[in-house]
Amino acid sequence: MLTAIIAISGLAAGFGLLLGFAAVRFRSEGDPVVERIDSLLPQTQCAQCGFPGCKPYAEAIVDGAADINRCPPGGEATIRALADLLERDAKPLDPERGEERLPALAVIDEDLCIGCTLCIQACPVDAILGAAKLMHTVIASECTGCELCIEPCPVDCIEMVPETVTLGTWRWPKPGADTSAVIAASPNPASA
Amino acid sequence: MEPDRRLWRFHGGLHLPGHKRLSNVEPLDIVPVPARLIHPLGQHVGIPSEPVVEVGETVQRGQPLSRATGYICSPVHAGSSGTVVAIGPHPIPHPSGLDGDCIIIDTDGQDMPYEGYPPLTNYRTLNGPALRARVRECGIVGLGGAAFPTAVKLNAGAGLRLLILNGAECEPYISCDDSLMRHRAAEIIAGAQVLLHALEIRDCCIAIEEDKPEAFASLEAAVRRADDNRIEVVQVPAVYPEGGERQLIQVLTGEEVPAAGIPADIGILCQNVGTAAAVARAVLYGEPLISRVVTVTGHGVTRPRNLEVRLGTPLNKVIDHCGGYTDEARHLIMGGAMMGFALATDAVPVIKSTNCLLVGSDADIAPRQPASACIRCGECAQVCPAQLLPQQLYWHARADEFDKLDPYHLFGCIECGCCDVVCPSQIPLTQYFRYAKTEIWARERERRQSDHARERFETRNQRIERAESERQRRLEAKTRALKQTRSSAASKAVIDEVMARVRAKKAADERDAENGDGG
Ligand code: SF4
Ligand code: SF4
Ligand code: SF4
Repeated sequence: MLTAIIAISGLAAGFGLLLGFAAVRFRSEGDPVVERIDSLLPQTQCAQCGFPGCKPYAEAIVDGAADINRCPPGGEATIRALADLLERDAKPLDPERGEERLPALAVIDEDLCIGCTLCIQACPVDAILGAAKLMHTVIASECTGCELCIEPCPVDCIEMVPETVTLGTWRWPKPGADTSAVIAASPNPASA
Repeated sequence: MEPDRRLWRFHGGLHLPGHKRLSNVEPLDIVPVPARLIHPLGQHVGIPSEPVVEVGETVQRGQPLSRATGYICSPVHAGSSGTVVAIGPHPIPHPSGLDGDCIIIDTDGQDMPYEGYPPLTNYRTLNGPALRARVRECGIVGLGGAAFPTAVKLNAGAGLRLLILNGAECEPYISCDDSLMRHRAAEIIAGAQVLLHALEIRDCCIAIEEDKPEAFASLEAAVRRADDNRIEVVQVPAVYPEGGERQLIQVLTGEEVPAAGIPADIGILCQNVGTAAAVARAVLYGEPLISRVVTVTGHGVTRPRNLEVRLGTPLNKVIDHCGGYTDEARHLIMGGAMMGFALATDAVPVIKSTNCLLVGSDADIAPRQPASACIRCGECAQVCPAQLLPQQLYWHARADEFDKLDPYHLFGCIECGCCDVVCPSQIPLTQYFRYAKTEIWARERERRQSDHARERFETRNQRIERAESERQRRLEAKTRALKQTRSSAASKAVIDEVMARVRAKKAADERDAENGDGG
């Protein structure tokens, strides 16, 4: 009994110190470089970079602990933006981290959901609504598509659905790519 | 009658073959009301409107089908009387080829009018806000192409000194304004008078390009009949893109609208002649925007002409009325040859911004040659009416260096296509600029979303941290309490007492249990 109490108080004191130290050592509030790097990261918070979120990755870049090509959701555009900011050369995405993919949203099959709350705990941005033993649902506007909820679900009822293009989000394609389909090939009236 | 009015010129521009006679020789025709009308809920700049009718409901001609959901938004009205048969996605005229939400009406052939908008023939006794409200509820938008809600433009405030009615219509192939000016001049003048009154402006100038002498004569006659000396009709030289708002203002006044500003900043309001006629109908007859003049032209259609068409009429019905397609039909373009966009299907309806339907043969619309490298000849910069440097814009747009486009004023580009036409390397410059603009908007959207996600992530982390430190605090308090008890002199006694209590309770429980079993 006594040993246990001593051990626990010892651990508590040790962790307390560690936390205190970490708070000082890793303090990022006000570190402008970290903030600026963080502002270029997509904030998917998927941890694919190997760090528990975008901000920790930003801190690791500043500390020299990580390269700039570890964020798959950001892909090439993010790597280039980071390279510009840090005045380094851009490089291709680290294939060990995954592939750049199209934005998607998590959707819960509400008939299968058993209300276990595991996905709620996994979601880094609180995008899942629900309570214990009650069906859960994903708030589409808040979901970052990080996929962190997929793994913990014991009944595999969460699926990633690619985001659909709407009239509000449609973009003109880049010329040279595939400009077939419906885009007028900038008609040339001078020829008639 | 008019003494020589001093005119200026704008930078760049092109003299393009007009191809207007193809469509403006025939008189203005009317397309009969079709069996089915399709009304997209979003057919203007800004957010889509929201339905106010339900499936199965009977509606009258001109009855509002939707209501504005924001400031830059405009309601749509039933093109004829009938029954609402569906509300949902349907192909709409949009460069994406995507479907949009539409209200679909099966017409009953009665064309019964809606009585909800009494004519305001006494408009001279009404003030600006009252007239603006009428323009807004009648769904009037700019009919020159951009379809910007007119009521928003009319809210420019006091201090305007000049109203310009734009009848320049400079884009090749399009002649719907020409036709309107020839046949409905009185309506345009009436609209000008309503606008002058509503905005308390003293002068109005109607600009028409020199290649439309009939329209000029017809408007001159209408002004004489109205005997209104505030209104002047002015002929301007035909240079593309003179119909651009900023370009026309410069030609007429010599003044430049500030790059980041709007014409109202220099006391000017510019409206298309068709919009003025629509305002007159809304105010004087209580008629919402349910029809417009559309040019159907090109060598791909049997009888090119201008037609008055109910909004919502499927394009194939309009083409049928013009004798159908010819064997030469290759391209279906909404808008003109310079600024229009290709359509994937003719099942889409005529909407408020449909000024022209160009059914092009391969001769009308030459296929683009493959682009070669920019030779830095500077031709594009010479013709650019917005005084931009298209080759620089192209350079950065092609390299996806969107942040570098700002100093070159990408958003000043009016997508007129002049640079495209003159580029000896056949580079699809305008296409690059459209691409870059939507890409920049998309990135802004993404940035807003990621800012939002960051906030939520941080809030969540703080919450978890708080919970964790709260747990720690409780744990520490407990440990401290225990330690204190242990270290105090009375601790032994206290523990003994507690233990004795526990033992006694246990014994009592066991007894109870035995008794329970026995009983
Ligand atoms: S990989 Fe995921 S967590 Fe890491 S920076 Fe990119 S989005 Fe953020
Ligand atoms: S016109 Fe074409 S080739 Fe000449 S500078 Fe412009 S983009 Fe380059
Ligand atoms: S399309 Fe844009 S860049 Fe090209 S000439 Fe017109 S305004 Fe200038």
